[in-house]
Amino acid sequence: MAEKNEILEEFTQGEYKYGFTSDIETEFAPKGLNEDIVRFISMKKKEPQWMLDFRLKAFRHWLKMKHPDHWAHVNFKPIDFQDSCYYAAPKKIKTVGSLDEVDQELLKTFEKLGISLEEQKRLVGMESKIAVDAVIDSVSVKTTFKEVLAEKGIIFCSFSEAVQEHPELIKKYMGSVVPYTDNFYATLNSAVFSDGSFCYIPKGVRCPMELSTYFRINSSGTGQFERTLIVADEGAYVSYLEGCTAPMRDENQLHAAIVEIVAHKDAEVKYSTVQNWYPGNKEGVGGIYNFVTKRGICLGDNSKISWTQVETGSAITWKYPSVILKGDHSVGEFYSVAVTNNYQQADTGTKMLHIGKNTRSTIISKGISAGKSQNSYRGLVRISKGATNARNFSQCDSLLMGDKCGAHTFPYIEIHDKSAVVEHEATTSKIGEDQIFYCKQRGIDTEKAIGLIVNGYCREVLNQLPMEFAVEAQKLLSVSLEGSVG
Amino acid sequence: MINIKNLHASVDGQEILKGLNLDVKDGEVHAIMGPNGSGKSTLASVLAGKSEYEVAEGEVLFNGKNLLEMSAEDRAREGLFLAFQYPVEIPGVSNINFLKTAINEIRAYKGLGPIEPKTFLAMVKEKQSLVELDGKLTGRSVNEGFSGGEKKRNEIFQMAMLEPTLAILDETDSGLDIDALRIVANGVNKLRDQKRSFIIVTHYQRLLDYIIPDFVHVLYNGRIVKTGGKELALELEAKGYDWLKSESVEA
Ligand SMILES: Nc1ncnc2c1ncn2[C@@H]1O[C@H](COP(=O)(O)OP(=O)(O)O)[C@@H](O)[C@H]1O
Ligand SMILES: [Mg+2]
Repeated sequence: MAEKNEILEEFTQGEYKYGFTSDIETEFAPKGLNEDIVRFISMKKKEPQWMLDFRLKAFRHWLKMKHPDHWAHVNFKPIDFQDSCYYAAPKKIKTVGSLDEVDQELLKTFEKLGISLEEQKRLVGMESKIAVDAVIDSVSVKTTFKEVLAEKGIIFCSFSEAVQEHPELIKKYMGSVVPYTDNFYATLNSAVFSDGSFCYIPKGVRCPMELSTYFRINSSGTGQFERTLIVADEGAYVSYLEGCTAPMRDENQLHAAIVEIVAHKDAEVKYSTVQNWYPGNKEGVGGIYNFVTKRGICLGDNSKISWTQVETGSAITWKYPSVILKGDHSVGEFYSVAVTNNYQQADTGTKMLHIGKNTRSTIISKGISAGKSQNSYRGLVRISKGATNARNFSQCDSLLMGDKCGAHTFPYIEIHDKSAVVEHEATTSKIGEDQIFYCKQRGIDTEKAIGLIVNGYCREVLNQLPMEFAVEAQKLLSVSLEGSVG
Repeated sequence: MINIKNLHASVDGQEILKGLNLDVKDGEVHAIMGPNGSGKSTLASVLAGKSEYEVAEGEVLFNGKNLLEMSAEDRAREGLFLAFQYPVEIPGVSNINFLKTAINEIRAYKGLGPIEPKTFLAMVKEKQSLVELDGKLTGRSVNEGFSGGEKKRNEIFQMAMLEPTLAILDETDSGLDIDALRIVANGVNKLRDQKRSFIIVTHYQRLLDYIIPDFVHVLYNGRIVKTGGKELALELEAKGYDWLKSESVEA
C-alpha cells in the first residue's frame, strides 16, 4: 500500500514538475507590438544601429504578412499579438555578471530545475561537463565555462553579448540560414527576439564539452523569442543541447524561436532538444504555443548536421528542424520522438533539401499519441536537379494509446534527379494490452510497463542523445504518458 | 500452494470455466491435458489475472491469500509465474533490462533494495546456461525476432531468473523439436524442489516422459473430468479424449 501511495504521489507531481513560478523582480516592456517596442528592445540591449535596422526591416516586413493558413494539422484561436508583452527581464542581473550579482531567487529557480549555474558544482562527480547558457524570459542570465572554452578559441555566449563582442560573425551568419522573410513567426522573431545563445567553434577544434542552452519562461503575459546561432568552422565538432520549461498557467504563451546552424567543410554539429514546455492541463487549458524555425546548412563538403528532438511538452508544437545539404557528401539526420497527451497537438517533422552530390539524409520519427491529442509527422525530402546519387531513408512510426487520439503522416517527396534513391517506411501500431499484461505478469505495474514499452519503441532516437539527456528524456517520456492507459 | 474451488469464469459473456476444482500442494507437479478449446489457457489467464476474464463464482487461495483480489502484478510478486503459450514481443526493450526491472519490482514489493549488478549478471549467466540460451539472445529485445523455440526457452529462462513458487506452463512444449523439448524439461526439472510447484498444460504425453508429473488432470468443457497418475497421460495418448467426453456427459 505504501508503494501505491508513492506511485500516486509521483503521479500527481509527475504531471508537470516544472510548473512553479518564481518571484523574481522583473522589468517589462509595455504591452503591445509596434515600432517603438522594437526600438525599446534594441535600446534596452544597447544594440548597435545595424542590429536595430535588421529588426526594423523584419518588423516592417512582418506587418505586410498574413498569418499562415492552417495547412498544419493544428487548431487554435487567432493570436492577438497586441495582447502580449515582448520584453521581460530579471532586474538584478548584468549580462556578463558573476554569480554574486544574480538574484538569489533566480539562482534558486535554476537549481530547482536541476540546472546548476555554479561551475564547481557541475564539475564535482560529473564525468562529462556541460557548459550552460541559461535564458530566463527575455535574457541570458549566465553562461558557464566561458573561460575554459575560450582557451580553445570557442565562443559561447548569449546572443546579446555576441552582438556587442563579435559583430562581424553575427552580421555574417545571422539570417543566412533562416532569412528574416522566411515565415510569419521567423519574421516576428527577427523583429523582437530577445536573447539566446551564440556559439562559434573555430577551424579544426573539437568542442571538449557539451554546450547547452536552458530556456525558461517565468513571467506571465509574455512571449519568448530567442535566437540561437551555431557556427562550426572547417573540421570543427560540437554537440549542443537545448532544454526548456515554463510555469503552469491557464493562458497560452507564445514561444517563437529561431535556431540557425552553419556547418563548414568537414564540420559536424549535433543538436539535441528535450522540449518540455508546459503542455496545458488535462482539459486543454493553457500551455505554450511552440512555433519554432530550426534550420541548418551543410555548407561545405563532408559536413554533417544532426537534429535529435524529444518533444513532450507544449500545447501546440509546430516545427520542422531542417537541413540544407549544399556541400557534396554532406549528411543530414533527423531523429524525433513526439509525444502528445490530453489535448496536445503536434505537427512536426523535417525538411531534407539535397543540393550537393552524394548527399545523404536519414529521418527517424516516432510519434506517440494518447488522450485526445493529435500528432502529425510532416516531412519533405527534396532532391534538386544535379544532386546526383542523393539518398534518403525515412521511417515514420506512430504509436497510439487509446482510441480518441489521432496520428497522421504527411510525407512529401520531390525528386528532380533520376539518380536519387529515396526510401520511405511508415507503421502505425497500438500499444498492446498483451504487452502490458506480459509485463504485469512479470511483476511490473502498468505505469512502469508503459514506460518500458514506450522507451523501447523510441530506442533508436534516444540512443542519439548524450547520456545525461537520455536519462532525463526517458523519465520524461514515462511521466508525459502517465494515466494514459486505464 | 494453490487451492481452486468451484471456479466459474467467462469472457465476452460466454462461460468458459464451469466450476473447476484443483488443489496443488507445495512441491507438486500437476499436468493438465484436454482437447483444444476446453479452457486450459483460460484457466492460466484467470490465475495470472488477465482483466478480460470475469470470475462469476469460486475461490482461489494462493499460499493462503485470496488470489482473485490481487492485481496481476501483485500475483507475480507473490510468486506466480506464467510461461505464455504465445510470448509477446517488446521491441527496443532488452531482455536484460526487462528482467532487471521485473526482479527489482518484485524485490521492492518484498521490501528489498535493487539487486546488485554483479549478482544479477552472475545469475543471468548461470540461468541462461540452464536453458542453453544463447548469450546474444539475452541482450536482444524481448522475444523480438526469436524463433518459436527460442521464445519458449526464453520463458523458461525468465522463470529461472524470477524464481517463482508456482509456475504455470501453457503448452510450452508445443512446436518444440525433441532437443528443445529436452532443454525445456531439463530447465524445469532443475528448478523442481519441495517449495516450488508446477502446473503444466500440455497436449502431448511426450513432455511427461521428461517431466514426471505427480498428477494428470483432464480438463474438458470447463471442468476437470478426470484425475490420475502419470499413466493417465499414456492412456489419453492411446485412446484420445472421446471416451471421456461420453463419460462426462453421463456425469
Ligand atoms: N478472448 C476471448 N474471447 C472469446 N472467446 C474466447 C476468448 N478466449 C478464449 N475463448 C474461447 O474460450 C474457449 C477456451 O479457450 P482456451 O482456454 O484458449 O482453450 P485451450 O487453451 O484449452 O485450447 C474456446 O472456445 C475459445 O474460443
Ligand atoms: Mg491454450
